[in-house]
Amino acid sequence: MSKAIQSCNDFVIKFANVNGSGSASANDLFARSVIRMGVPVAPRNIFPSNIQGMPTWYEMRVSAAGWLGRRGGCDLMVAMNPQTWDKDVAEVDPGGYLVYDSTKELPRAKFRDDLTVLGMPLTEMCNRQYTDARQRQLFKNIMYVGALTALLNIDFAEVEKLIDEQYRGKDKLIAANIQALKLGWDYAKSHLPCPIGLRVERADMIGERIFIDGNSAAGLGAVYGGATVAAWYPITPSTSVVEAFTAYCRKYRTDPDNGRARYAIVQAEDELASIGMVIGAGWNGARAFTATSGPGISLMQEFFGLAYFAEIPAVIFDVQRGGPSTGMPTRTQQSDLLSCAYASHGDTKHVLIFPEDPYECFELGARAFDLAERLQTPVFVLLDLDIGMNDRLCRPFSWDDSHRYDRGKLMTEEALEAGRDFGRYLDVDGDGIPYRTIPGTHPTRGAYFTRGTTRNAYAKYSETGADYVYNMERLRRKFDTARSLVPAPILVAAKQPTAIGVIHYGSTSAAMNEASTLLEAQGIHADSLRVRGFPFADAVLDFVNEHEQVFVVEQNESAQLRTLLINEGEFNPKKLIRVLHYDGTPITARFISGKIAAALTERKIAPLRKQAAS
Amino acid sequence: MTYLAKPKLIRPDTPKNALGYTRRDYEGAISTLCAGCGHDSISAAIVQAAFDLDIEPHRVAKLSGIGCSSKTPDYFLGNSHGFNSVHGRMPSVLTGAALANRDLIYLGVSGDGDSASIGIGQFAHVMRRGVNMTYIVENNGVYGLTKGQFSATTDKGSKNKRGVVNTDNPIDLVGLALQLGASYVARSFSGDKEQLIPLIKGALCHRGPAFIDVISPCVTFNNHSGSTKSYDYVREHNEAVNRVEVILPRAPITAAYEPGSLRRVVQHDGSVLHLRKLAEDYDPTDRIGAMNHLHERHSLGEIVTGLLYVDSSAEDLHRHLNTVEKPLNKLGDAYLCPGSQALAALNDSLR
Repeated sequence: MSKAIQSCNDFVIKFANVNGSGSASANDLFARSVIRMGVPVAPRNIFPSNIQGMPTWYEMRVSAAGWLGRRGGCDLMVAMNPQTWDKDVAEVDPGGYLVYDSTKELPRAKFRDDLTVLGMPLTEMCNRQYTDARQRQLFKNIMYVGALTALLNIDFAEVEKLIDEQYRGKDKLIAANIQALKLGWDYAKSHLPCPIGLRVERADMIGERIFIDGNSAAGLGAVYGGATVAAWYPITPSTSVVEAFTAYCRKYRTDPDNGRARYAIVQAEDELASIGMVIGAGWNGARAFTATSGPGISLMQEFFGLAYFAEIPAVIFDVQRGGPSTGMPTRTQQSDLLSCAYASHGDTKHVLIFPEDPYECFELGARAFDLAERLQTPVFVLLDLDIGMNDRLCRPFSWDDSHRYDRGKLMTEEALEAGRDFGRYLDVDGDGIPYRTIPGTHPTRGAYFTRGTTRNAYAKYSETGADYVYNMERLRRKFDTARSLVPAPILVAAKQPTAIGVIHYGSTSAAMNEASTLLEAQGIHADSLRVRGFPFADAVLDFVNEHEQVFVVEQNESAQLRTLLINEGEFNPKKLIRVLHYDGTPITARFISGKIAAALTERKIAPLRKQAAS
Repeated sequence: MTYLAKPKLIRPDTPKNALGYTRRDYEGAISTLCAGCGHDSISAAIVQAAFDLDIEPHRVAKLSGIGCSSKTPDYFLGNSHGFNSVHGRMPSVLTGAALANRDLIYLGVSGDGDSASIGIGQFAHVMRRGVNMTYIVENNGVYGLTKGQFSATTDKGSKNKRGVVNTDNPIDLVGLALQLGASYVARSFSGDKEQLIPLIKGALCHRGPAFIDVISPCVTFNNHSGSTKSYDYVREHNEAVNRVEVILPRAPITAAYEPGSLRRVVQHDGSVLHLRKLAEDYDPTDRIGAMNHLHERHSLGEIVTGLLYVDSSAEDLHRHLNTVEKPLNKLGDAYLCPGSQALAALNDSLR
């Protein structure tokens, strides 16, 4: 038998549940308990496209080092789903632990000799305690949290406190939950070898950080960003963006005098109508957004072209999932870059923003509204399921109260009255961004006919080649202006000068930061650059120029950011090496460092200094 | 189609409305449609209606999709903002615009291809959602810009220019609008401005989705014998249920009618619709009755026109959403941004 794994504040625990069984809130309670112990956790839901009865897992990494990416492997399995038992038991690392419901006796062959098996008769305990079927189900989950509290040596009082906070005002629920928690804890204490080799020890590694999912943060960002109109169509994994926006609007945007809404949210009949409404609202001077996923992006293509060409601000939160087609609706990917960057027919290019975590979903999500109005164009905020639908530890949200919304270049009633020349598509300032009027500004001046058809600088219909070319060149200038307005990339320099660079973006950063450490331990030094916006800022292009080999780490199959780099930066494709992870699970540090190390070996590149590489 | 711009000079005796605007102030660019196109008559009717109602031009937003009809907003209300969007999607763009600013008057102009084919989904949903708008379909039963294909409102048995008979069943947008909850439903004919202008005026004053199906013959592709949307055919089969007159709240009522022949409907904005009965026992406040009447007459080959249904107490989308009175696009930072203090409290709840 392998030696039982011994680890303090550094392990992976996985819960195998049945979806619809109420396990989500129990698992969340467990994650928060570890956080309250001052120890970082990174949980992830692995769930099917289904409402009830299918297997679902909650995988949680406890990491004293603070790594928030997925680690891979499993040290402790809480196997609550008979359906997936064999697979779940097989997945545990040698020397790991297995917590299970021992109410029904299982044949010896169903277990592994190299695991520490910790059985407790959860069903029996619940049946004895409760008569109501739903209660039996829900409290079974709380009971195993109680048992884990004892097994992992978590402070019982912290869990109690969390329950108390969660159900404040509903005292009956507090008592019932704590009772179930205590039952589990007592059983473990008296029947199981507490604590086991895996332990949570009190630490101080959380600091100011908060624990929230990216979709909620994006919804909050839209509130802070001044969005008043949201039009959407339900689609996994983006639905909770608008749900959060709705909840935060109720809280923060209800008029205190009369209870009326300072916002309008419409669930449209489809994605086409959603983006149509957003564009109509943007045209009429309200900040508007939609939230969708890949299939929605496909459906909205024609409208993106209209908004690009008619120059109408819009914000699109695209929470990416596995494609193509229905693809893997509940699995994560970064595979919509190309369909967003060049969305619609004709010569179009769009502004993209890549947040790495909930903090940036809020921060950059709010900023997207300023950017959209400044540039008068759609702005895509590309989340993915990994950061969108999983709670993540991140910096606390912050807001500068002196910040005023940037409404962009608007012709005012006064300017029109004073007779200032107004050409809707005229480049007055040389930055490609024209002035616009909001409908209803002036009784007789400033009105124009917005259209997707070609027109001259004064918005008059024109199919003249020169007018078309003027317009397209101005749009190019505008896109160039955008390069300095999108969020700048973030460089993490290696400890030594190096010719190796790594480019990554979005949710990959958690795994990438850890991968840099793993590589460094092998003597491989690589500068890493996290791209946060498209069009690419100069710093991104410089980074590629300054390194001999640049790995581009992505969570898609066709290397979409790499394609954008080659296309926009005119780089030699051979210089940009693909590191691609696209099986639907979040990328891991082990995967990234493994691929990079292997590629360097294969290319016989001495992973050392710049001089050595040349 | 005319290539000659009208003179800019305005004679001193040119009639002006209460705001001091002349009819010319409500006109737009010169039409590029075919000479005799029914759509141009509808544009003229819209100009007259806006002039008569003393509407400030910049208080109107005119939106359209794609097609001959959707080009027309360029040809009327030149001082109003317009948006020629994408094919079949005017309703969603207009909905968003209406959400952004509840104070403007929204006029959606569409065609039978734009609304009954590619855009039938959005047509349906804008009606059932109760968007406060006037939705005019310039219905010629044919695709003009692509040269004469049948549309979804072409009657079964109607012939195209080459003699091919349409075998598909037609979509009746009026029937759909009634069923989907439009609160002002009318049908008219581009060749009957006496009927059309008041219907447009009533729609512009109405709160809620007001739908007008205007049969508007296509002189180039659908005005031949055998077509059920030609000038001659529509004139012969037009059966109006009533005649409407719109009385603004400030206007004194001068006309006298025989008792019993007139029905008064007071709309939300105070305007009064005077409905002079033409058809026996037709009740324009009875939705089910209107639908039955339509079906009965259609089976007899008649084209029922007039104000077919009106509900002057209908609620609109903004009421359903309980939005504030002030237009959302005019709410300043202080009304929208909860600020750093609220954020600090929220952060605390996430630890």
